[in-house]
Amino acid sequence: MKKTKDERRALKVNRRTLLKGTLAAAAATMLPLNRADASFSDFWESFFQKHFREMTEAEKEKVVARLEKEYEEKYKIAIKVGIEPAMPGVLFGYGLDLSRCIGCRTCEYACVAENNQSIDPQIHWIQVLRFKKEDPKFPDFEHAEKYYNAALAPQPGYFYMPIQCQQCENPACTRACPTQATWKEPDGIVTIDYNWCIGCRYCMAACPYGARHFNWGEPHRAPQDINPNTHYLGNRPRYRGVVEKCTFCIQRSRKGKYTACVEACPVGARKFGNLLDPNSEIRYMIANKRVFRLKEDLNTSPKFFYFFDFGGTR
Amino acid sequence: MVQATKNFFIAWLSIFKGGPKYYLWLAFLACLMGVGVYAYIGQAEHGLIMTAMRDQVSWGFYISNFTFLVGVAAAAVLLVIPAYVHNHQPIKKIVLFGELMAITAIIMCILFIMTDLGQPLRVWHILPPPIGMMHWPTSLLAWDVLVLNGYFILNVIIAFYVMYKYAHGEHYEMKSVIGFLIYLSIPAAISIHTVTAFLYNAAFSRPFWSASILAPRFIASALCSGPALMLLVFQVLRKVTDVEIEDKAIFRVATLITYAMAVNLFFLLAEVFGSFYPGTAESVNIHYLFFGIDGQTNLVKYIWTAVACNVTAFVLILNPKTREKFATLNFALVLMIVGIYLEKGMGLVIPGFTPDVLGEIYQYTPTATELLVSLGVWATGAMIYTFLVKFAIPIHTGKLRFASGEHAVTAKRAVIDDVTSEKA
Repeated sequence: MKKTKDERRALKVNRRTLLKGTLAAAAATMLPLNRADASFSDFWESFFQKHFREMTEAEKEKVVARLEKEYEEKYKIAIKVGIEPAMPGVLFGYGLDLSRCIGCRTCEYACVAENNQSIDPQIHWIQVLRFKKEDPKFPDFEHAEKYYNAALAPQPGYFYMPIQCQQCENPACTRACPTQATWKEPDGIVTIDYNWCIGCRYCMAACPYGARHFNWGEPHRAPQDINPNTHYLGNRPRYRGVVEKCTFCIQRSRKGKYTACVEACPVGARKFGNLLDPNSEIRYMIANKRVFRLKEDLNTSPKFFYFFDFGGTR
Repeated sequence: MVQATKNFFIAWLSIFKGGPKYYLWLAFLACLMGVGVYAYIGQAEHGLIMTAMRDQVSWGFYISNFTFLVGVAAAAVLLVIPAYVHNHQPIKKIVLFGELMAITAIIMCILFIMTDLGQPLRVWHILPPPIGMMHWPTSLLAWDVLVLNGYFILNVIIAFYVMYKYAHGEHYEMKSVIGFLIYLSIPAAISIHTVTAFLYNAAFSRPFWSASILAPRFIASALCSGPALMLLVFQVLRKVTDVEIEDKAIFRVATLITYAMAVNLFFLLAEVFGSFYPGTAESVNIHYLFFGIDGQTNLVKYIWTAVACNVTAFVLILNPKTREKFATLNFALVLMIVGIYLEKGMGLVIPGFTPDVLGEIYQYTPTATELLVSLGVWATGAMIYTFLVKFAIPIHTGKLRFASGEHAVTAKRAVIDDVTSEKA
């Protein structure tokens, strides 16, 4: 029994080696080696890195060590890449109180500070839309504004709606991905392996919430602005040509902390917790407020709940 | 087998055979390819930021070209059915050139996908385990990879086997494996364009692509533009080479195109009515495509040009008098290619993203990088097709025959002598 397993593994290794052989020449000539000091073996390891979910714990640690070295060479600061798995009995859910939101975009910038998005070109995981209350066309998205001046917000006659990844229970994006580079974790977070994504952007075509963002150019961020506490599936520095998205601050939430946007919100409009815990704040909101989810007709079943208190902002 | 392999390489020598005009043509294509490679190097260096694509419109000109070319590849079926199923002799004589065009179109499709990838070197991740992690059967893109490659392999086997038989003075038997493969290539052709349509259908967050008539419309339009392109190329072929293509074959295909165009226009009408008339939130994309929104109208010119081209082409090709006169027929064919190219490309991919899922209108217009890279891919396709045709012609006309081992040597001599004499 053991032997056949070993044999199978040998076969697998052989196929991989074969592929390595054929691609090596192409890779060596085609890949622009930006990191001149990176050794060839590191490059080799990185090129043939397995899918995250296919790795053993030992392999994960090896990969993380290599990534940390790579990041230190690039950014000249020590960056910790965590691989904390989902906690058992946890399904993350999010609540957003539309009647409290003042459209200040503090969450948006806190998110960027926490999650190491590229500053140039600019990537924001949270988009805040402004709706005119009296607009007869309300509430269609075509009449919402994304580029309003947040310094002047809140303004009378408007309400604001932040949108980020809705962490669907039935995500359209993960179904679209041709390489399984994006998937839903057991705690409900939709994650991406940035080293497996081929950058085809079919997930972006599939997502109904505009939650996925592509690194169209080389991501740039000053080393002093980098948050060194990262997670492999979350806010570690990304590559050009891959897709990224909100992960409910996986590097924080899996350690029992609130997400950056929840902590930053000055009006307490943002709620976060465990949907499986009947005593959690998020469960209270769902049970007691007027709740809706975005584009419910698409059956994506978001774990992101919008709700109202009475009246709304005045 | 060894001899057959040798013969195969000998036959390739005919691609070097040609006059100054032939070499001028190759040089011209090589220049365009060079321009494409130059533009692609810029893109590889800086990333897809060199294109006009952004998060709002995340697919653009490359995927538009891809979609059009899937149609061209599928269109070989319009020659395969009359040739093999109805045994229509004039078309049977030229079906080979249609299959070669299908092969070329698939290669171009793959090139367009590769130029569109953010991480092209990781493309092997899409292979099935144990090498990659192909997401089959869930992801429609995985299906597309399967059917496109399957159709490609099928056409390569068919075309080269048929040529192998001809080159050895034999005929292939329809009641054999190759006959089965030829029949299989008919549903396979339909499948590639169906799956490509399903790929759009599957992105259910974009109502513009949700019409269930999308797949039938893809097939109908493919059966216009693909054969139209073929008919134009065939006329060039019979002018510059010694391949004989009967007028009968051309007019027969033109008749078939007429049916396809009628169906295509009907489907277009059905789709436009179904998505436009209700005026629901889901009508916003088609409204943007045909009329623009709040003065933002960058797609309007494409779609109305496409409609004008297709309708004019249909009128010209419907009337037997204009259909059977080469000047008007060719004009109609050109209009048709332009029309479908705009409609299946810019008129299909971009409005799916405009306005985007959060209602933002980002007006996409391809950048110079995108245009030049695409030009390079088209030039590459033209060169591949030139070589394939050059390979096929001596076999097709009967000039190259390997009857036995001894004759093979003579044939080889003949080809080499020809090449050297033409060069001298």
